[in-house]
Amino acid sequence: MLALQGAFGLHQKVLEHLGAGVVQVRTPQHLAEVDALVIGGGESTTMSKLADASGLVQPLAERLVTGMPVLGTCAGMILLASDVMDGYPGQHCFGAVDLVVQRNGYGRQADSFGARLSMKLDSWQDDFEGVFIRAPKVCEVGPRVEMLAELDGSAVMCRQGSAVVCAFHPELVDDDRIHRWFLDLV
Amino acid sequence: MTNRETGTVLVKRGLAEMLKGGVIMDVVTPEQAKIAENAGASAVMALERVPADIRRDGGVARMSDPEMISGIQAAVTIPVMAKARIGHFVEAQILQALDVDYIDESEVLTPADEAHHIDKWAFTVPFVCGATNLGEALRRISEGACMIRSKGEAGTGNIVEAVRHLRSIIGDIRKLSQADSAELFDWSKRLQAPLPLVREVAETGWLPVPLFCAGGIATPADAGLVMQLGAEAVFVGSGIFKSADPQPRAKAIVEATTNFADAHILAKVSRNLGEPMVGLEMQGLDTRLAERGW
Repeated sequence: MLALQGAFGLHQKVLEHLGAGVVQVRTPQHLAEVDALVIGGGESTTMSKLADASGLVQPLAERLVTGMPVLGTCAGMILLASDVMDGYPGQHCFGAVDLVVQRNGYGRQADSFGARLSMKLDSWQDDFEGVFIRAPKVCEVGPRVEMLAELDGSAVMCRQGSAVVCAFHPELVDDDRIHRWFLDLV
Repeated sequence: MTNRETGTVLVKRGLAEMLKGGVIMDVVTPEQAKIAENAGASAVMALERVPADIRRDGGVARMSDPEMISGIQAAVTIPVMAKARIGHFVEAQILQALDVDYIDESEVLTPADEAHHIDKWAFTVPFVCGATNLGEALRRISEGACMIRSKGEAGTGNIVEAVRHLRSIIGDIRKLSQADSAELFDWSKRLQAPLPLVREVAETGWLPVPLFCAGGIATPADAGLVMQLGAEAVFVGSGIFKSADPQPRAKAIVEATTNFADAHILAKVSRNLGEPMVGLEMQGLDTRLAERGW
């Protein structure tokens, strides 16, 4: 778990419940201990600045280039995208998934919402309850990106190699299928 | 278009989850909001005067001018909160119409109702409320608050009250989770809080919403202290913009909140921050803001 800021505790609870060992990553030393990384929701600007302060930017970029499995939700999607609109100048985009995203693309908190999502994954019969909180909106999708779910024409869950991102928060709902599926990838 | 449900409990409490581990900073101008965002604040609280000035000026403190709130919303991309007076549901309606991301029903402003807090279930915008003890926290949650913060004593730069409130809330949660089922009825009576909420806390060992700390944080060490005591994020009011050099202090408190358990990092970020805000002793205060609210 990247534990700089945000809802990392909820992800940790789900992952531990599924039997995974979890390390809270705040420094490069912590990052060296993990096989895979989850970047949860929070404020992407805050996380980006804290990544600078903690010296995590370069080690994280190197691990992502070598294909470390990574799951990014909401702010995690923004950090893992290739470009972000409405970020601050110099905000880090690690480019693990070839997407252009717009921060708060669905609006402010008043527009935050829940919606049923049909998942384009084999053997996933039931919808997934997507909770979108000041969520990023995917504006452009690169050719190597696989779309796993969409909402009204915009991708909301994507995969490129071992990197998976969603605009919504699977850690907020009582449904661990996405975490389970990610652990199977790892 | 797919059906979208807004204003649900999950969506409202969810934003509080996203603010965990972060620092929410009081700002009075768009320029201060930019400084806060650049320092890594996870949200800002837009208000006309920081609590230290409200305390100094006296008089009735009210909701801020909508023009000023809109100016701050336009200046930053992080969530913007604003304060309504306790019980002043029309100020809250106005803040909701302004599209603020969170409303703080706050004892820092002069209460508008001496018996009733706002019915927060009636709003799609989420609310945070202050509490000094577990009973107060659960009453606010029963009224629909989606985040609780310790009240502390705002505008003093003195952490002692926030520590008292956090220890009281978290200490009682610990005791409650040891109570047997028969004792929960008595707990409910003593806390003056609804039995179902008391049961939920006893079962889960925590509040059903996040618990943040506010009131008196002035240094990175203060942030580390309240986070180690169990707060899940911090509000800093006067502590940043009443200090000698706000930008580095704001950044240091952000880093301290993330690395709250690492004394080496706390030592590093505490260096050379200049003078903190001038602190006040509790016995010298004319007004105790934390006593407002019921």
